[in-house]
Amino acid sequence: MTEHDDLKGVNERMRSLMARTTHGRDDFEDLVIVPLFAVVVALVFGALIMLATAVDIPTIGRSFAALAIGSVGSLNAWSETLTAAIPLVLAGLGLGLGFRAGLFNIGAEGQLVMGGLAAVIAGFSLDFLPIVIHLPLTLLIGIAVGAGYAAIAGILKATTGAHEVISTIMLNLISFELLNWLLRQPWLQREGRSDPISKSVPDSAQLPQLLDWINPNLRLHAGLFVMLIAVAFIWWLLFRSKIGFAFRASGENPSAANYAGMKASFVIVLAMATAGGLAGLAGASQITGVLGRASPGFSAGIGFDAIAVALLGRSHPVGILFAGILFGGLEAGGRQMQVAAGVSIDLIGIIQALIIVFIAAPLLVRAIFPWGFRRNGRKEDAA
Amino acid sequence: MTFLSKISARTGLAAALLAGSVMSASAFSACQVTDTGGIDDAGFNQTAWKGVQDAIEMDGEVEGRFLESQAETDYEANLNSLIEGNCDIIITVGFLMGDATKAAAEANPEQQFSIVDFAYDPTIPNVLGQVYATDQGAFLAGYLAAGMSETGVVGTFGGINIPPVTAFMNGFVHGVNYYNSEKGTEVEVLGWNPDSQEGLFTGNFDSLDDGRAFAQNLYDEGADIVMPVAGPVGLGSATLASEIGTDELKIIGVDADQTQTDPENADVYLTSVLKRMDSTVTQVIEMSKGGTFEGGLIVGTLENEGVGLAPYGAFEDSVPEELKAEVEAVKAGIIDGSIEVGM
Repeated sequence: MTEHDDLKGVNERMRSLMARTTHGRDDFEDLVIVPLFAVVVALVFGALIMLATAVDIPTIGRSFAALAIGSVGSLNAWSETLTAAIPLVLAGLGLGLGFRAGLFNIGAEGQLVMGGLAAVIAGFSLDFLPIVIHLPLTLLIGIAVGAGYAAIAGILKATTGAHEVISTIMLNLISFELLNWLLRQPWLQREGRSDPISKSVPDSAQLPQLLDWINPNLRLHAGLFVMLIAVAFIWWLLFRSKIGFAFRASGENPSAANYAGMKASFVIVLAMATAGGLAGLAGASQITGVLGRASPGFSAGIGFDAIAVALLGRSHPVGILFAGILFGGLEAGGRQMQVAAGVSIDLIGIIQALIIVFIAAPLLVRAIFPWGFRRNGRKEDAA
Repeated sequence: MTFLSKISARTGLAAALLAGSVMSASAFSACQVTDTGGIDDAGFNQTAWKGVQDAIEMDGEVEGRFLESQAETDYEANLNSLIEGNCDIIITVGFLMGDATKAAAEANPEQQFSIVDFAYDPTIPNVLGQVYATDQGAFLAGYLAAGMSETGVVGTFGGINIPPVTAFMNGFVHGVNYYNSEKGTEVEVLGWNPDSQEGLFTGNFDSLDDGRAFAQNLYDEGADIVMPVAGPVGLGSATLASEIGTDELKIIGVDADQTQTDPENADVYLTSVLKRMDSTVTQVIEMSKGGTFEGGLIVGTLENEGVGLAPYGAFEDSVPEELKAEVEAVKAGIIDGSIEVGM
């Protein structure tokens, strides 16, 4: 078997996987019931795993209570949930858009790093600007750099056929090392520190805190509005604009899109760049809203979690919004779970992974909950 | 509590916490935020947590809770969750948590904090820093390693280039140099240059693979004793040593006595440089509970046994008596000031 055949096979499998994540947005079952059940089953399995590791039943009950309280049970819980959701939703929107255009972008993490890094640099070096210019400019620079970085993978695919899965993974690694290296450069490293940590972003480039007048510990920031605007914009872009139609058409059937006069290579590069821009914005909003500086690993796996968010949200902007809030809630609630019930926070990672397993295997969910679905099922699931 | 015996150490911990948290409402609550690497890292975080456990054991009214940081971005969020959680004292573990702890302490002046590995200048009234003269302990380890090395090359590497890590590496190199100047030997140290403050770093505190790869590189360059200063990363180095044999490669543990915390590979540890975070953490909890807490600094040294050298474990018989006596003499020299650690 030649390398070409291999890649072709990978491509086909990838396309069918993505078809499943994007297909039939009008189908209520696929869009709502499967994800809902996936979450429920994952939580049940999480409880079983706790049982298997000899956690007793009252503690399991307390864990789930703590999970609920820690995610939605107080103002602080909501603040933490939404704070965690903001970058997940932003990066998830980009990934979902990529899925719809037939691109499996694994590079959100790297694009997020690049966007965040650019935001830090723009933040401390343009500190003479007033906030009304400085903050939007910082975010825009984050978007542009993220978009440019993702476009590399798009251009490689459009011109040489290099598979975006491979190239984005490699670009991730490059971005991590670039970050580590840059953080040691004197012009970027904070004065008086020997460890890799960047200078701080001045107030004029920081997304304002929304709730600190109630309690200084509430971290929710104006990135919330950025997130909501992005959701609306991507919805418009995908379903109301010409270019969005081209994205979707290329994703559903690249040959047909090509015959219809859509330039495949242009669509690929543009879709990658848009996805990267959103990931870059996620990084920039983390930097300007939460962290205020860059350090190694500031991306914290958000770009990878966002893949899960995009899959769970069925690549639909509104779905991604809810999926992101759910994952944000799991993260915030997971901390409470560890504090209040002493159950390891790693369990949250397991639950998140299980959700994705069940999303990726809708047949399994249908088999577990046969009564939740119409008798005759859908054609593609029967196949 | 009979079920405790049946279950693994980790869930045992959880169960102990549960038992703790159902006690009387007047209980004193000590909360800890760990650094990345996890509470079961056989070193840094685990030692600090042991301090809380010891306090629980000594004093029935103390209860403890912890929160693991998965990434550096969790520090603030974790502190936030604990501020919500009615803790009498919040103990943060690790230099990297310095900024987050400071911010939380300033936003919550009524809350008592203590941080391991960070000294604030100027001090913050509600934060007590715990720092350690680990270069003293590592100096002894360097002296010992130089005396034990057959190839004349020893190595070290760190997690991230931050003072609490490089203190070990500085002390180690100075210890080797001291041996060289005393004995006229030329034992070489790979992985750290105390003058330029540059050396080998994995860039993280959690990849066991990196620990293995870095130890392999040092071994390939001729090192037969390696001191990894990177929390659980060093466990990867220990696995390598166990595979290729301790005749070829020995490991010097850090933070805890790693023959105890990493029993699987106990026989590869020549010794461990102890950083007794457990004892200072317990001390801080007692101070806080007894009402004598105030912001400032506690420093662990060889003299007050805040740092030290672990027993030689499997190498008890192979370390020459003469060398053991010399190490003791060097220790006494450091304590009475006749030997300067930072030369």
